[in-house]
Amino acid sequence: MAAGGAHKVSVLLPTYNERDNLPLVVWLLVRTFQDSGNNFEIIIIDDGSPDGTQEIAEQLVKIYGSDKIVMREISALFSSGTAYIHGMKHATGNFIVIMDADLSHHPKFIPEFIRKQKEGNFDIVSGTRYKGNGGVYGWDLKRKLISRGANFITQVLLRPGASDLTGSFRLYRKEVLQKLMEKCVSKGYVFQMEMIVRARQLGYTIGEVPITFVDRVYGESKLGGNEIVSFLKGLLTLFATT
Amino acid sequence: SLQAAMTKLGQWLCGLALLGSAWAALALEAPGLRLPPPFREALLPLPLYLLVAFGCYSLATVGYRLATFNDCEEAAAELQEHIKEARRDLRQRGLRF
Repeated sequence: MAAGGAHKVSVLLPTYNERDNLPLVVWLLVRTFQDSGNNFEIIIIDDGSPDGTQEIAEQLVKIYGSDKIVMREISALFSSGTAYIHGMKHATGNFIVIMDADLSHHPKFIPEFIRKQKEGNFDIVSGTRYKGNGGVYGWDLKRKLISRGANFITQVLLRPGASDLTGSFRLYRKEVLQKLMEKCVSKGYVFQMEMIVRARQLGYTIGEVPITFVDRVYGESKLGGNEIVSFLKGLLTLFATT
Repeated sequence: SLQAAMTKLGQWLCGLALLGSAWAALALEAPGLRLPPPFREALLPLPLYLLVAFGCYSLATVGYRLATFNDCEEAAAELQEHIKEARRDLRQRGLRF
């Protein structure tokens, strides 16, 4: 097998109003990949942000080069699914990393994903907050309880073979992600869960890497009754249909 | 395989139907299947006991996982450092924030 240069990683960054965080996450990604020597590109998919996210993305393209940073805009309120489909159309890597653009996911874990993928020749490597020295910063007891409780119910009902189903920091083989995108129909948290469940159905292998999730917006963000209800509805749908 | 073709709901219903009918046949005195009385008496409340046991297991498991949920202080501190470094370097490269 050829040395590291044979593989290329495309990082998909869906953004909405991430003017402040976008340059920081891009800087961290570039530095991580330069340190690890992997071939990479970063694809920013912006949902018509009104806060100047695109303007800052254009500056980043000028600074780092358009072979390394690509910006796409889609102008309807998107779900994760449409953002990924759109982003993948132009991805030239053979591995795709999906992650959040708000610095809750740290790019430093990507080389570990790559290492894990090589180790087990996995189709998917999933970042998990629930195993090893993975974890979360910025959550109070109530939020942690909801998280663990929801995960427990999910494990009992779906027996998914992965510890963190709602996480969105993952590495996929490009063909695998494309295949899964065709099959997955849900939105939000449930979409991430559906990807793993369908992947298992299709016989894909999943490796796990502990990651840290730094939540800096918990105070402002909403985990209200509505989100919990829609999560349960989605979970029961997956339970009944997969 | 049959299991792969069924949905999770289907698997649960099958499993419950199997166990349920076995329990009903033995505990509720189906003709021809007479167990000694002590066994039948023990079998009758078994589903309830199993439910309660599962409830206890669930509470204990979620409680344990909650208590051992890592709080990543160092990760947050490290992120702050990285943010400072990033802003400095990007400003040097000409980024207008």
